[in-house]
Amino acid sequence: MTCKAIILVGGPSRGTRFRPLSLNVPKPLFPVAGHPIIWHHLEALSKVEGLKEVMLIGFFEDSVMARFLDDAAREFPKMNVRYLREYQALGTAGGLYHFRDEILRGDPQQLFVLNADVACSFPLSDMMRFHNRHRGLCTILGTKVARENANKFGCLVAKPDSHEVLHYVEKPESFISDLISCGIYLFDCAVFNEMKKAMLNKTTQGPYQDQDDKLRLEQDLFGPLAESKKLYVYVTQEFWRQIKTAGSAVPANALYLEQYSKTCPDRLTKKSIDGQGPEIVGHVYIHPTAIVDPHSKIGPNVTIGPRAVIGKGVRIKDSIILDNAEIKNNSCILHSIIGWDSKVGTWARVEGTPTTNYSTTITQNGVKVQSVTILGKKLGSIFTSEIRNLPVKVEKWIVEKAKQSVAEKATTSEITTASQSSTEITTTSQSPTEIITTSHQTRKERKMLKEKLKEDDLTLQHVRYNKSPPVL
Amino acid sequence: MKALILVGGFGTRLRPLTLTLPKPLVEFCNKPMIQHQIEGLVKAGVTDIVLAVNYRPEIMEQILKKYEEQYNITITFSVETEPLGTAGPLALAREILGKGRSPFFVLNSDIICEYPFDHLRDFHAAHGKEGTIVVTKVEEPSKYGVIVNHSGTTCIERFVEKPAEFVSNKINAGIYIFNPEILERIELKPTSIEKEIFPLMAHDKHLHAFELDGYWMDVGQPKDFLTGTCMYLANLAKKKPQLLVNPECEFVYGGNVLVDPTAKIGKDCRIGPNVTIGPNVVVGDGVRLQRCVILEGARIKDFAWTRLEGVSVLGDDVSVNDEIYVNGGCVLPHKCIANNITEPQIIM
Repeated sequence: MTCKAIILVGGPSRGTRFRPLSLNVPKPLFPVAGHPIIWHHLEALSKVEGLKEVMLIGFFEDSVMARFLDDAAREFPKMNVRYLREYQALGTAGGLYHFRDEILRGDPQQLFVLNADVACSFPLSDMMRFHNRHRGLCTILGTKVARENANKFGCLVAKPDSHEVLHYVEKPESFISDLISCGIYLFDCAVFNEMKKAMLNKTTQGPYQDQDDKLRLEQDLFGPLAESKKLYVYVTQEFWRQIKTAGSAVPANALYLEQYSKTCPDRLTKKSIDGQGPEIVGHVYIHPTAIVDPHSKIGPNVTIGPRAVIGKGVRIKDSIILDNAEIKNNSCILHSIIGWDSKVGTWARVEGTPTTNYSTTITQNGVKVQSVTILGKKLGSIFTSEIRNLPVKVEKWIVEKAKQSVAEKATTSEITTASQSSTEITTTSQSPTEIITTSHQTRKERKMLKEKLKEDDLTLQHVRYNKSPPVL
Repeated sequence: MKALILVGGFGTRLRPLTLTLPKPLVEFCNKPMIQHQIEGLVKAGVTDIVLAVNYRPEIMEQILKKYEEQYNITITFSVETEPLGTAGPLALAREILGKGRSPFFVLNSDIICEYPFDHLRDFHAAHGKEGTIVVTKVEEPSKYGVIVNHSGTTCIERFVEKPAEFVSNKINAGIYIFNPEILERIELKPTSIEKEIFPLMAHDKHLHAFELDGYWMDVGQPKDFLTGTCMYLANLAKKKPQLLVNPECEFVYGGNVLVDPTAKIGKDCRIGPNVTIGPNVVVGDGVRLQRCVILEGARIKDFAWTRLEGVSVLGDDVSVNDEIYVNGGCVLPHKCIANNITEPQIIM
């Protein structure tokens, strides 16, 4: 039996929640556990028997995907990986329908459809076995989540014995079920007939409906499929996590490293035996070209990217260090993402707050803030400074201590909204701590900042009180 | 000569340090507060010292006995059964202070400066009046009560509480010298020397002001304790740099670092400016210290990535786990800190 796979990669107008990281690399290509997010999809697909062709559908420029496709061709020689570009955002099913002839060429029987923004163990072969046992058109990969988080996802109600889906609702307001869709589907190719019906249904609904080629899998297709008893769910007990915001790359990274430890432990960095290497705690991936001082302590759940330089006495935990970043001696990086080419000075502390559920924001003094600290590309952080729970955008030099009181945060976000597009405002109001790129800086200002950076230890002398010191 | 040190109560402003150690014994720049004062007094020829206290901890008696021998002086406790304010204790110690005709010093125990007792004594003798107040100049006099002299003299004319308009920048530094006659002005009851005694003495033109040179600080609370430490170290760097660690030393950064000879410092540290490290302290490898006081026997681990800032005070026997961040945390004795403290607060 032949089958193909589609990965829905979206496009540049999406991924605003993934800022500041998506400003430099499209979200699907952001490295997690040493590889782009969708590389993990390809790896899982390469293990499915009879799967020879993978199509990425999205609306990025072709050039954005070119490099990744070259690498994929080399790493997964048995699969043909291509990119199909939508002329505009067509919705999760619209792209599939638009490229139906391309997809159906060679007469495949089954089709995997994977959303790009998930981290998962991808039990695709198990899904396929399950699919072949029932008579439905579609199998959804489902997982159970905590009741309070369920309404952030597509919720499913299934018959307990046959796993036939009785009811599907996307992001319901009230509680429907704690079984949710993982955004990973297996279709019989006959589903294109259903898509055609859904498309027609949409156009015949009258003048109130937009007349366009948009079609959404979740709302427009799964409802009717469930009605006609053609939708089934395969429930996985293994890991699954949505990669929505940039901060969620940190837990996703941890999950993939955990998976490496079970399936291919050779990828992980070994604990040093004779004190030759750094102290490794738990699961750690260090790229072969990274230089890590033997007197550092790394892990658990850390990925260090190509050409990164980690100094003596550095501590890194629950973090992603991207290409070419430099962490100088005695610094401490906790629960953070350090962007490409960033520099973190000596005795600096960059810290986010660990979260336990699917959320990546936390409430601090009644204000919702990011839980993961993210330093964007080419960011210079001053020596011995301290940054907490703060996404910082590209090329911003942190000169003053970045930790601010709530009032100051509010001011910052006002500046933000003034200079950004409307999509940005929503993002910012959710995370008022965001600092925006200082691209308007003049050359002179930049020079001054760099001079200032040489004055080591500048910040500690200006320790600021948020409140008056306590009285005992 | 004689002196009275106003120690007072439990040093509540300096908690949690004073929960396990009486305030006069808390080490300021590696020496108990009271020892700084005793040494200053001894240098000016004082042989009898009275400590005005509200309570009388045993440990203090033992240590002061040691000082009696070391400096060849007599130290007497004058214990108040009820708090007597700043003047009452003088009346309580009347028998000792009033003995003989020589003047006596009175000082608040929280004051750190260069204790110019011999100059003060000579100045007092020269004007021949009943009392002399040491005054220090401050930048923002409106926060304090200021002292106004009769113009062109050192004789005090009046006291102005929190002046709205500038009248003077001199404030009471909490150090005095009096003739025994002052005791006739004070009854044995709670009395404020600043508010109830001094204005009358000024009215009688019996009070003069002696201007203090150099630094001055009331180190009665942690924030000021640190500021006072910086001042003391800066003064030491000027007057007796041999007592500080050589600024050329590899771990010293920005100078003004005082380290007890029994303390151990690890490799690749960066210490300073403004740090004191007490006896038997162990500082591990890769540690950064700035503007802080490490008290006796404290241990700072190698590469622990703990960060303390914002006037954090750790009491006796507190431990902080690796990688913890503490901002303005005030931690009571024997606690273990396992979670970040991001906002100033007291950890009971």
